[in-house]
Amino acid sequence: MAKFLIYRVLQAIFVVFVVTLTVSFAIRLTGDPALMLSQGAGSITEADLERIREALGLNRPFLVQYWEFISGLFVGDFGRSFMGGTPVINLIERALPATLMLAIVSLVVSIAVSIPLGIKAATARGTWIDQAIRIFSLIGLSFPNFWLAIMLVLLFSITFRLLPPSGMEGPVSFIMPAATMAIILTATNVRLVRTTMLETLRSQYVMVARAKGLSETTVLYKHALRNCAIPLITYFGLQFGGLLGGIVVIERVFNWPGLGTLAFQAVAARDYPVLQAVITVLSLLIIAINLLVDIAYGLVDPRIRTE
Amino acid sequence: MPDAAPSRPGQAKTARRQSSFKALEFILGVILVGGIGLAVLFSGFLFPGGGSAVDLAARLTPPLVDMAHPLGTDPLGRDVLARVIVGGEISLTVGLVSVAGAVVIGVVMGLVSGYYRGFWDVVVMRFADVQLALPFILLAITFIAIVGGGLINTIVLLIVSQWVQYARLVRGSVLSLRDREFIQSARAIGVRDIKILFQHLLPNLLGPVIVLMTLNVANNILLEASLTFLGLGVDPTIPSWGGMLAEGRTYLQTAWWVSVFPGLAILLTVLGLNLLGDWLRDTLDPTGRTRV
Repeated sequence: MAKFLIYRVLQAIFVVFVVTLTVSFAIRLTGDPALMLSQGAGSITEADLERIREALGLNRPFLVQYWEFISGLFVGDFGRSFMGGTPVINLIERALPATLMLAIVSLVVSIAVSIPLGIKAATARGTWIDQAIRIFSLIGLSFPNFWLAIMLVLLFSITFRLLPPSGMEGPVSFIMPAATMAIILTATNVRLVRTTMLETLRSQYVMVARAKGLSETTVLYKHALRNCAIPLITYFGLQFGGLLGGIVVIERVFNWPGLGTLAFQAVAARDYPVLQAVITVLSLLIIAINLLVDIAYGLVDPRIRTE
Repeated sequence: MPDAAPSRPGQAKTARRQSSFKALEFILGVILVGGIGLAVLFSGFLFPGGGSAVDLAARLTPPLVDMAHPLGTDPLGRDVLARVIVGGEISLTVGLVSVAGAVVIGVVMGLVSGYYRGFWDVVVMRFADVQLALPFILLAITFIAIVGGGLINTIVLLIVSQWVQYARLVRGSVLSLRDREFIQSARAIGVRDIKILFQHLLPNLLGPVIVLMTLNVANNILLEASLTFLGLGVDPTIPSWGGMLAEGRTYLQTAWWVSVFPGLAILLTVLGLNLLGDWLRDTLDPTGRTRV
């Protein structure tokens, strides 16, 4: 187990290293921030530009700058925004909870819906119920998430005037963004639950539980579901990356004050410290979750450790 | 997943119903993909103006009011139906070209790293780990911030982010095949490596690759539309589904049809491809290597 842990942690550190290095390097390629900052400032001499570079620390070797960025990470220092000079960490602190809360609510709702539906599809395999669930899941998989968001706005904000079309004010504003993500996640999750459940239902302890005369609900939800839990938790955990990616997109539709909105503002304003910070934070989050899922899986299922 | 042989009387009926459902799935997929594909292919012939004819007098006409514009017009009075069909060119081009590129690179990488193992294999697979840790949209934002948007860059971005999937799939299959007798004997009688890779190994792992391709064309159409919707993809002046949705969103209060129809076009195209992919998976990949 120790060997597996060390290997897995080293691998995660390697991924963090490559991702941060690539992002920092790639962002340097986009052009000289000093030139962009001085745009529209009238007559700018080379000496002025040099002063800006000096002030931002851009005239030092790339690896030195990368080292500063990395060491800043450990103390929560991401530098300052080019726009107004706010410390980037303050912007992240405001945006991260908005994105995370939305992600967690969507995931929880989706799991709560897809487990009973997936179990129903598995136990009713081949019947019209199973086919109907399958069709709905295929349609859900085919929805562009941002269009689904727009359609919900059209229906519930414009036509029926029930829900606020954008912003994050109170629990009501969570309904549409969370529903958008939950619908799309559920399309995948129902299939996962169904497949996992079908495999479990074939095993002998399920037969024993039935032979003992336990009620079908007890067999399904107590005996079978527990054994499905390990693979399902892994799948749900691995989904987090895709989920965050999806949220970044629909934040635009709902004007949600999260990391996605922050990233797009940063791209539009060429505010690279902010963009770099957003991408780094999101990747770290995803790498950390993948690592935790893998370790949890290794703890529970000894077969994984040797792979 | 191999289904167990029918043992209870009800199961034979269930199995029959399942196979007729399969057929329905296939037919529906072919109708959707074929219909949309043909309409887009002949869009130049159907709408010689490419849907770009501006008619400010007829701006924001609702659907079914004027039969010259069955799906209504947009804020510049352009015909929504024409623009939806012409806009399909971008989606289908991006979907097909990006998948073709990713398959060629991924399959070659997967064959080589699975067959020869060693250093090359480690490099490719660690690279794959890194890519899998980055959600597509983050890679996209960074990439577009550096090289800018546009049709070609969007396609390159999709290829860069997806060849890994094929490399992993192919590598996995090669690892399980390389020590089988037919490969061993080919090697024993002195068949050249390149022939072993492309004539003996490749045909044996095409099934899952084709399934993944179908699903990825669908997925890439969705991704391109999201990017263009966000203003990071294809040039907004060219009609494309994502671009039309970005435009239409401003007029959601007054003109729902400008946002509804391009989205519906994406939904139906992707649904058709997903239906075909699902059907193909049951047909070509019964052991489920490409299952989610």
